Amino acid sequence: MSAPLDLLEADSDRLLVAVTRLLTEKGILSHADIAEQIASSDAANPALGAAMVARAWTDPDYRALMLRDGTAAAEAMGIAMHGKPPLGVLENTADTHHLVCCTLCSCYPKAILGYPPFWFKSAAFRTRAVRDPRGVLADWGTVLPDSVKLRVVDSTADYRRMVLPLRPAGTEGWDAARLAALVREGDMIGVTIPSA
Amino acid sequence: MIAPGTEVKVKLDWPELRGPCHIRTPHYLRGAKGVVERHLGRFANPEDLAFMRPAAILNLYHVRFAVAELWPDGHANDSVVVELFEPWLETA
Repeated sequence: MSAPLDLLEADSDRLLVAVTRLLTEKGILSHADIAEQIASSDAANPALGAAMVARAWTDPDYRALMLRDGTAAAEAMGIAMHGKPPLGVLENTADTHHLVCCTLCSCYPKAILGYPPFWFKSAAFRTRAVRDPRGVLADWGTVLPDSVKLRVVDSTADYRRMVLPLRPAGTEGWDAARLAALVREGDMIGVTIPSA
Repeated sequence: MIAPGTEVKVKLDWPELRGPCHIRTPHYLRGAKGVVERHLGRFANPEDLAFMRPAAILNLYHVRFAVAELWPDGHANDSVVVELFEPWLETA
């Protein structure tokens, strides 16, 4: 018999095997459940969020729903939200910009945007986002006028947050598919601003 | 329930010094003054969930803090908006 695992010291691969075996042997999860969850996590990507943003830009009723109840708006696009944390959508306007971070860990709307980018999880981004947010934006080439209010939303508890950016000028008459292609991951975190 | 617009102060408490715990109130806000923006709903207390203890269902709020009050060189138009559970909030 091998030595008991120390949770804090264990090699992560060994720990994963041990936890998986316990969950399956106790009948809490099947291997198929785990495979399905991994497949669903791997399938999520920023294009889902971009499609929501583009629809909000072209459909006022959908925009209102998205701002009122992000979870319902995601479900309306066919994204499975059951059992996932609620989604809160932050509306950028001409005078207010939002930046999302998680100073405590790396909370992220994974069902909508996929896995977080590596920098979102870095100590540098997490600390500086609340300490010097305009400096962080400047690193991305995003310069806000002094008069624009910057709201940094630190995801500390139960909600996951995404930004609904401003629709770029020069996109009048574009359909949702063409608009969605403009929207990048960083635009929905708030480090960048989409442009046409 | 705490009404939107209410000024609150985050408890200046450090449960970390008393033993193992799981706290979702960031260190940089302990003792800080902010304003409740809105009630976000009721959620199980993560401080209990993390240890698989029966968890109280608590009010969760979005609370806004001026960055310029948290740090000496903060920009006047910057704020940090954070989800905080009611037991961490003191009203005057």
